[in-house]
Amino acid sequence: MLTLDSLSKTYSDGTRALERIDLAVPQGEIVALIGGSGCGKTTLLRLVAGLDRASEGRIVLDGERIAEPHPGVGLVFQEPRLLPWLDVADNVGFGLGHLPRAERKARITHALDMVGLAEHAGRWPRELSGGQQQRVSIARAFVANPRVLLLDEPFSALDAFTRKDLHGHLLALWQETKPTILIVTHDVGEAVALADRAVVMRPKPGRLDDAIPLALARPRDPASPHSEAATRRILAALDRSLKPAQAAAPTEAAQWW
Amino acid sequence: MNESAATERAVIEPAATAPVVSAAHDAADGTASPKPRGDTFWHRGGRLALGLILPLALVIGWEFAVRTGLAQGRLMPPPSRIAATLHDLAASGDLWMHVQATLVRVALGFAFGALAGIAAGALTGALPTARHILDPTLQALRAVPSLAWVPLFILWLGILETPKVTLIAVGVFFPVYIGVAGAIASVDRKLIEVGRIFRLSKLQLARRILLPAVLPATLTALRTGLGLGFLFVVAAELMGASEGLGYLLIDGQQFSKADQILAAIIAFAILGKLADAVLVAVTRPLTRWQDTARETL
Ligand SMILES: Nc1ncnc2c1ncn2[C@@H]1O[C@H](COP(=O)(O)OP(=O)(O)OP(=O)(O)O)[C@@H](O)[C@H]1O
Ligand SMILES: [Mg+2]
Repeated sequence: MLTLDSLSKTYSDGTRALERIDLAVPQGEIVALIGGSGCGKTTLLRLVAGLDRASEGRIVLDGERIAEPHPGVGLVFQEPRLLPWLDVADNVGFGLGHLPRAERKARITHALDMVGLAEHAGRWPRELSGGQQQRVSIARAFVANPRVLLLDEPFSALDAFTRKDLHGHLLALWQETKPTILIVTHDVGEAVALADRAVVMRPKPGRLDDAIPLALARPRDPASPHSEAATRRILAALDRSLKPAQAAAPTEAAQWW
Repeated sequence: MNESAATERAVIEPAATAPVVSAAHDAADGTASPKPRGDTFWHRGGRLALGLILPLALVIGWEFAVRTGLAQGRLMPPPSRIAATLHDLAASGDLWMHVQATLVRVALGFAFGALAGIAAGALTGALPTARHILDPTLQALRAVPSLAWVPLFILWLGILETPKVTLIAVGVFFPVYIGVAGAIASVDRKLIEVGRIFRLSKLQLARRILLPAVLPATLTALRTGLGLGFLFVVAAELMGASEGLGYLLIDGQQFSKADQILAAIIAFAILGKLADAVLVAVTRPLTRWQDTARETL
C-alpha cells in the first residue's frame, strides 16, 4: 500500500506546486494522473521517488516512510535518460550492480525479451529509435522489481502506434510482478487503456480534484462502449477541474494540454 | 457544451482510434542489422591520396626549381638535401639521441602537467568551495603568456632539465585544467538523477556516471595539452640545450645550416603527429560509444 498523507510541496521560490494531497493506492493498482500543465504531476512523482523533499506531509510505502530514493520505488522519466556509454544490456542492468553476475544476466535477458529488444542487447543507445530507447528505460526500471513504479509521461514523445505497442509491453511487465503503478499522462485514451483509476488534478496550487474508477476488463478495446464512456467521464472531469481556475479564458479549456 | 466538446476530443484522440498495426511495427524494427562500415579501405586511401597532392607538388616543384637554377638552394635547400641531412643524422645515431631527449622532456612535462591539470580540474569541478578559492588565481595565472615564465624558471631552477620540464608542464596544465573543470561542470544533471534513483553512493556516482561523462572532454583536453607540450619543448630547448630537436634548430641557425633546421622541423612534425595518433589510438576504446565526427579529426 502506497499512502500519500496531506502531502504539500512549496518550491524555494514560493511556487505552491502541491497542496495537501491525500491518496491511497493498494498494491498492484494502476493509477493514471491526469491534469493540465503545471498542476504538479511531475512534482508529485519526484516526491514519491525521493528525488525531492516534501514541505509537509508524508509518503508511506508499506509502513515505511519515504524521504529519499527507496529500493522499492522505480521511476521512468519523461525522456529515456539512458547512459550513452553503456550498451543496451548494461543500461538495463544499471541498478543491479549488487547481484551476482549470472542472476543479473538472466534478469536483463528476460526484461529485454519482455520489451521485445532481445536482439538489441549489444547496441549503443544512440543506435536505437526513440520508442526503443523508452522501452529500454522501462526495462531498466522493471528489472529491479520495484513495488511501486512511477512513470512520468513516458510515451508522450511517441506516435500513437508506438504508444499502443508500448502499452502492451508495459501491461505484460506489470502482469508478472503486479507492482503498483503511478503513471502521469496527457492522453485520456492512455489512461483508459491502462489504469484502474484515473486521478484528475487541479492547478494553482496542485490538488487532487476527482478520481474516476475504470473497472474495465483487460485486455481493453479502446473502441468498446465502456472505454468510450470512461473517456467521456474523464474528459468531463478534466473540464470541470479547469473551469473555476480559467473561467475568464474559455478557449483555453479546449486545449488543456 | 461540456459533453459535446468532450466527445469531439475523444474522437480526435489518436490513441483511442488507432488500429492495431503494432505487429507490423515490431517486425520492422526487429530486423535491424548490425552496423555497416561506412568507409571502405578504398575511400580512405582515396582521401589520403587527395591530401598528398599539394605537399608532393610543392616538394617536386621546389626540387625542380633548384635543380634548374631557377631558385637559390642556400637558404631554402631542396628536398633531396634535407632528406640527405635527415639520413646522415639518422645514420650517425644523432637523430635518435635528439629525438629521445625531446621526447623524454615532452613526456615528463606532459605527465606532470596533465596530472596536475586533472587533479585541479576535478577538485574545482567537484567542490564549489575549492572552485571559489582556486579558480580566480588559476585564471589569472593563465593570462600570463607561458613563455614569460622562462627567465624566472631559469633563475629558480637553473638551466638543466628541471626548468624545461616545468615550462612544458605549465603549458600542458592550463588546457587540461580548463577542459576537465568545464567537463565536470557541464555533466547532465538528468543522468545524475538516474544514479540517485538507483541509490548510488558518492563514490559509485563518481565512478559510474561522472567519470564516463567527463571522459571525452578530458581526452580532448589532453590532446590539446599534448600539442602545447610540443610547442613548449621547442621554447624550452631554444633557451639552451645541448641535445634535443630544438638544439638542432638553434645549432642550424648559428651555423647557417638551413637543411638541418628543416630536418628538425620535419622531425618535429612527424613526432607530434605520431604522439597525437598514439594518444588517440590508446584512448579510442574509451569513447567508442560517442556519437561524434571524431573519425574526421
Ligand atoms: N524546481 C522548481 N522550482 C520552482 N518551481 C517549480 C520547480 N519545478 C516545478 N515548479 C513549478 O511547480 C509547478 C508544478 O510543476 P510540475 O513540473 O510538477 O507540473 P506538471 O504537472 O508536471 O506539468 P507538465 O504537465 O507541464 O509536465 C509549476 O507551476 C512549476 O512552475
Ligand atoms: Mg511534468
